[in-house]
Amino acid sequence: MAIFGNLRNHPHWLETAYQLVEKIFRIADPLIRRIGYKRVDRWMHLPEKLSKGMLFDCQMCGQCTLHFTGMTCPMTCPKNLRNGPCGGVRSDKTCEVDPEMICIWVEAYERSTKMKVYGNEIHLIQPPLNQRFAGKSAFINELCCGDNSAPPAWKPTKGTEILL
Amino acid sequence: MKENRSGSTLEGLLKSGQVAVTAEVSPPDSANPEDLLKAARELAIVSDALNLTDAAGANCHMSSIGACALLAHEGYEVVMQMTCRDRNRIALQGDLLGASAIGIKNVLCLTGDDVTIGDQPETKRVFDFDSIQLLHTAKTMRDESVFLSGRQISASPKLFLGAAVNPFVEPIDFRPLRLAKKIEAGADFIQTQYCFDIKRFQDYMETVRRLGLHEKCYILVGVGPLRSELAAEFLRTKIPGVVIPDALVNRMRKTPKKKQREEGKRICVEIIQKVLEIKGVAGIHMMAYRQEDIVGEIIEEADLLPRPDKEMIQ
Repeated sequence: MAIFGNLRNHPHWLETAYQLVEKIFRIADPLIRRIGYKRVDRWMHLPEKLSKGMLFDCQMCGQCTLHFTGMTCPMTCPKNLRNGPCGGVRSDKTCEVDPEMICIWVEAYERSTKMKVYGNEIHLIQPPLNQRFAGKSAFINELCCGDNSAPPAWKPTKGTEILL
Repeated sequence: MKENRSGSTLEGLLKSGQVAVTAEVSPPDSANPEDLLKAARELAIVSDALNLTDAAGANCHMSSIGACALLAHEGYEVVMQMTCRDRNRIALQGDLLGASAIGIKNVLCLTGDDVTIGDQPETKRVFDFDSIQLLHTAKTMRDESVFLSGRQISASPKLFLGAAVNPFVEPIDFRPLRLAKKIEAGADFIQTQYCFDIKRFQDYMETVRRLGLHEKCYILVGVGPLRSELAAEFLRTKIPGVVIPDALVNRMRKTPKKKQREEGKRICVEIIQKVLEIKGVAGIHMMAYRQEDIVGEIIEEADLLPRPDKEMIQ
């Protein structure tokens, strides 16, 4: 498992891999649509759970925000904060809930500063989680209904201009 | 930050450019309204608005909305604290409407302390929203007159929206940027965590000013008296997010036990005076848990009395 821990500290490699995988899915989208999103979702489930589980401790929320959050999964935060960190981080950077664990948002911020492609996306506000997507493949969710994941009246924000 | 959208006295006061003083009230472990009113009465004389905590520290007390309703009915200006720990989005949106209908005009949107910190750690956490999503939802309801589903609200909740920030903990560099996010999400005013480390707060405010954030919201600095050296140690080791520099704890330690409460009070007055000199600070937020009796003296010694007449504001 040490190798995965090590990989997490190279967020630039991970974001490049992420970019590549996303591109492949976009290209394959017409084919996936023809086969049926539901069917491909069933095939994807285990491989996605295993790979992202090992790499990011993925909780299968079905709405991957990894590239927004320094390639660090926000669902591993005990409060599931999509827009962290909370104000309870301890002086040694550990979590207020679990003092054994470094605050994942401290890691997310540090890693995002090392990311060349998506680094600035940490300044964007994440919409609330769509619970209907939980347990399904995030890539398929993104292809079939990515635009409809946020609540209808939720206006996406642009990130304060000065920061981007 | 132009027109007063909520009709809130706190908003009117801040817009007039005067220093604001808010004070925290802990709702009682009681169903007797008199227990709450007693606590509120004295604090209301020396402050402009009362914050009612929402099961602070994940411990049960009278609900924030219930306590706010009682006090608003008596004519007090209240800030309803609202956390995402115990309610999902359906309950939160309903409570925002209910609060506004009762006459509550200020809401502080918080994520909330985790359930494991309280006396019922076996509780199921909700966290359907985080504080930023709650802020953005409240702003959407107020400004667009719709629920998140898009369904129309016939009379939108007129609210002055607040958020909390903690400039004192890691990741230090990200903290001002997170404030920017909260402002973008809808924060009109900010109440900070306890400020004991002036140096760190000055650095934070320097970045805040560089980003121009102090012109987009009103920042009230959290302050409070240390009761004793032991209380200081307890606060900084047991309460997540509270930073007290060693120098201050040593100062308390060197003071004889009997005079420690007086010294804690003096430190608090000094901190208030220092933070009010910092450009971009709009006021203070007093959190004096179980020391409410000395809040009046502190505000007086900090030269912040008398408070402006509420009838004259707007």
